Amino acid sequence: MGIDRRSFLKIAGLSAVLGIGGGSVTDLLVNKDVEASEAVCTENALHAKRWAMVVNVKKCSEHKDCKKCIEACDSWHNIPNFHNSKDEVKWIWKDDYEHTFPDQECEFMSEDIKKAPFILMCNHCDQPPCVRVCPTKATFKRPDGIVAMDFHRCIGCRFCMAACPYGSRSFNWRDPRPFIEKVNNNFPTRMRGVVEKCTFCVDRLADGLQPACVEACPYGCLVFGDLEDPESEVRKLLQENVTIRRKPELGTMPSIFYIV
Amino acid sequence: MYDSGKIIAGLVIFAGLFTVPFIMNRGTAAPPPKLKIVSKAKACVEDTHYMRTSHMKLLNEWRDDALRDGHRLYINNKGKKIHIGLQITCLKCHSDKADFCDKCHAYADVRPYCWDCHFSPEGRKKWASTEGHF
Amino acid sequence: MIEKALKGSPRYWGWIFFLLFIIGIGFINYIRQLHYGLGITGMSRDISWGVYIAQFTYLVGVAASAVMLVIPKYLHNYKKYAKVVLFGEFLAIAAVIMCLLFIVVDVGQPMRMMNIVFHATPHSVLFWDMIVLSGYLTINIICGYNTLIADKKEVPPPGWIKPFIYLSIPWAVSIHTVTAFLYAGLPGRHLWLTAIMAPRFLASAFASGPALLLLVLMVIKRVSKFKPEEEAVQSIAKTICYCMIMNLFFMGLEFFTAFYSNIPGHMNPLKYLFFGLQGHDMLVPWMRTCIFLGFFGVAILIVPPLRKKEGFLAVACASIIGSTWVDKGVGLVIGGFIPNPFERVVEYHPTFPEISIAVAIWAVGALVLTVLHKLAVAVREQEMA
Repeated sequence: MGIDRRSFLKIAGLSAVLGIGGGSVTDLLVNKDVEASEAVCTENALHAKRWAMVVNVKKCSEHKDCKKCIEACDSWHNIPNFHNSKDEVKWIWKDDYEHTFPDQECEFMSEDIKKAPFILMCNHCDQPPCVRVCPTKATFKRPDGIVAMDFHRCIGCRFCMAACPYGSRSFNWRDPRPFIEKVNNNFPTRMRGVVEKCTFCVDRLADGLQPACVEACPYGCLVFGDLEDPESEVRKLLQENVTIRRKPELGTMPSIFYIV
Repeated sequence: MYDSGKIIAGLVIFAGLFTVPFIMNRGTAAPPPKLKIVSKAKACVEDTHYMRTSHMKLLNEWRDDALRDGHRLYINNKGKKIHIGLQITCLKCHSDKADFCDKCHAYADVRPYCWDCHFSPEGRKKWASTEGHF
Repeated sequence: MIEKALKGSPRYWGWIFFLLFIIGIGFINYIRQLHYGLGITGMSRDISWGVYIAQFTYLVGVAASAVMLVIPKYLHNYKKYAKVVLFGEFLAIAAVIMCLLFIVVDVGQPMRMMNIVFHATPHSVLFWDMIVLSGYLTINIICGYNTLIADKKEVPPPGWIKPFIYLSIPWAVSIHTVTAFLYAGLPGRHLWLTAIMAPRFLASAFASGPALLLLVLMVIKRVSKFKPEEEAVQSIAKTICYCMIMNLFFMGLEFFTAFYSNIPGHMNPLKYLFFGLQGHDMLVPWMRTCIFLGFFGVAILIVPPLRKKEGFLAVACASIIGSTWVDKGVGLVIGGFIPNPFERVVEYHPTFPEISIAVAIWAVGALVLTVLHKLAVAVREQEMA
């Protein structure tokens, strides 16, 4: 039986592909190591069916120069400060009414509202478009409603940034490390090439702590709690006050509510 | 066979080039690294042999347990409870990354990307000079 | 077979080395980008996709357009296309390779790209885009290679590739539809949130791809003995004309919906692109040129005596390529991000490294196309001899 050069090369190529591909498939199948060990939730972890936050803009606007929530978040999460808007990374920040609620602006609105500071962060949507578009599940919704990030898995395609209608996501356009002003040794930094955003402090919740911004606010303007629990403080605030959410018409169902 | 002379000469050159690293390095095996631990705990997460051979698997599982499942407490073989976290647990004892992690990784020529994000307080000192590194 | 591409005139080799030089410069800049991060580009928190993804989008269209030759040839047995359909398939291969490269240079962590396979996520459009693009590349390599070999042996292509050829027709539509879905399913990006995104993409693709092919064929005619039949060229020109008219019509529809409904969110990106918004009007000259070139190209193609003159035909093709390139390769992607989710205008200025990387990928495509078309020309010349 004769075998010509072309068939030989074809068979050799195919075998090489199968050899390389086959190896990674078996690797995937035998990933879990057999051990008499397990991972569980920490004992003092805070739990909820759907975490949510109420931002009391009325109270907040009494302290227009206060930036404690933003500073607390920046230093807890090792967020860099590049001093330019092109490379900017931010998890929580302030903006005015007109740009926070661009479809609901009105020139005759009271000056108080026009000048009030609005605290912005990831809305932890119930129907998050970023999760829908992520091709690797690097951003995903946890059972407690938090839209979390797995920086290890992110390939940096930035589809989530295009999909987020709230501009809540930042990309590491360059190595953030030299630009971190206050370093927290208990939290990692990020590498260049991945997307990041507010995670509602999942690591702190596991240790029984409130999110860093909530803990840092001296005036109680940020209230964090379980939206599904009728007894929670967020539900009480929603009962007692008129609240609005950003771009509700998009059906994303944000978990951040604003008392105006 | 056409061009047998050229083919054989080509094969000899290929074999020569391919074995250069082995020939050049023969008889000069690098000594296995000696590791330094600043021990605060009596024992590691699991027994030494398992940690030595499979710590990368454990860390992979820890990553998914903590981040994806929200399970941040590890109960080991002996029933001991350990907080999951590279910086908040591992590096507390293995605080000198250069003398522990890096030595072995350099010996085995592996470059895990853990350190692109995670860091030890000692490792932080190098940041200023790493701007724009690859 | 491949040895045919290694024998050429000094002019051929000059062109090849020129392309390699361009690729080399882009490669150096890509290494710089890997070291520094994507901050080396003009992209920012507000304009998070730029030149790379825009070129990707444009080239998916060029790739899909091969179907405009495949359908008449294989479904309607239009024999005049027998000699040129191979050139269309090879253009598709070069275009898909460029698409994949543009994705690679755009992601922040290219070494992790296989995560799309390891953590396959069917609810992500990008997952499907990966499948349709790699599938389309495979199909075109199978069809193109086997047609080429069969032509070389002067026998009809093997029967088993027929199903692949038929499959390539809906598959071509799928690559551009799925690429349109990358944009058209995002809430809050008003310019992109339109049901006619996919048809508009297809119309502009079926104009721009064949226009590019006609220009390439004109070059081939000058540098080789292969002369495409005039009737085939004229048929392709008519296809370009009809598709470009449809494309301009679809653009008009976007204007009607946005401005008659008077919804600010829908009007703002179009205002930015064509008239300027909040004092920013960087893209206005580009977009107006785009419209002008579109109508200019159609005006030439629609008049038979003009269309039949090669010079006019070349100008028309170049105008239409220019128009569709500005539309998809500049306006569509950048316009989608302006204004940003806070209704602020932040403009985008691509940087030199970014442009040189993009140009280098175009050069890779030109190199692949040159080599493949060289093979095809060699076979055509052999047929004539």
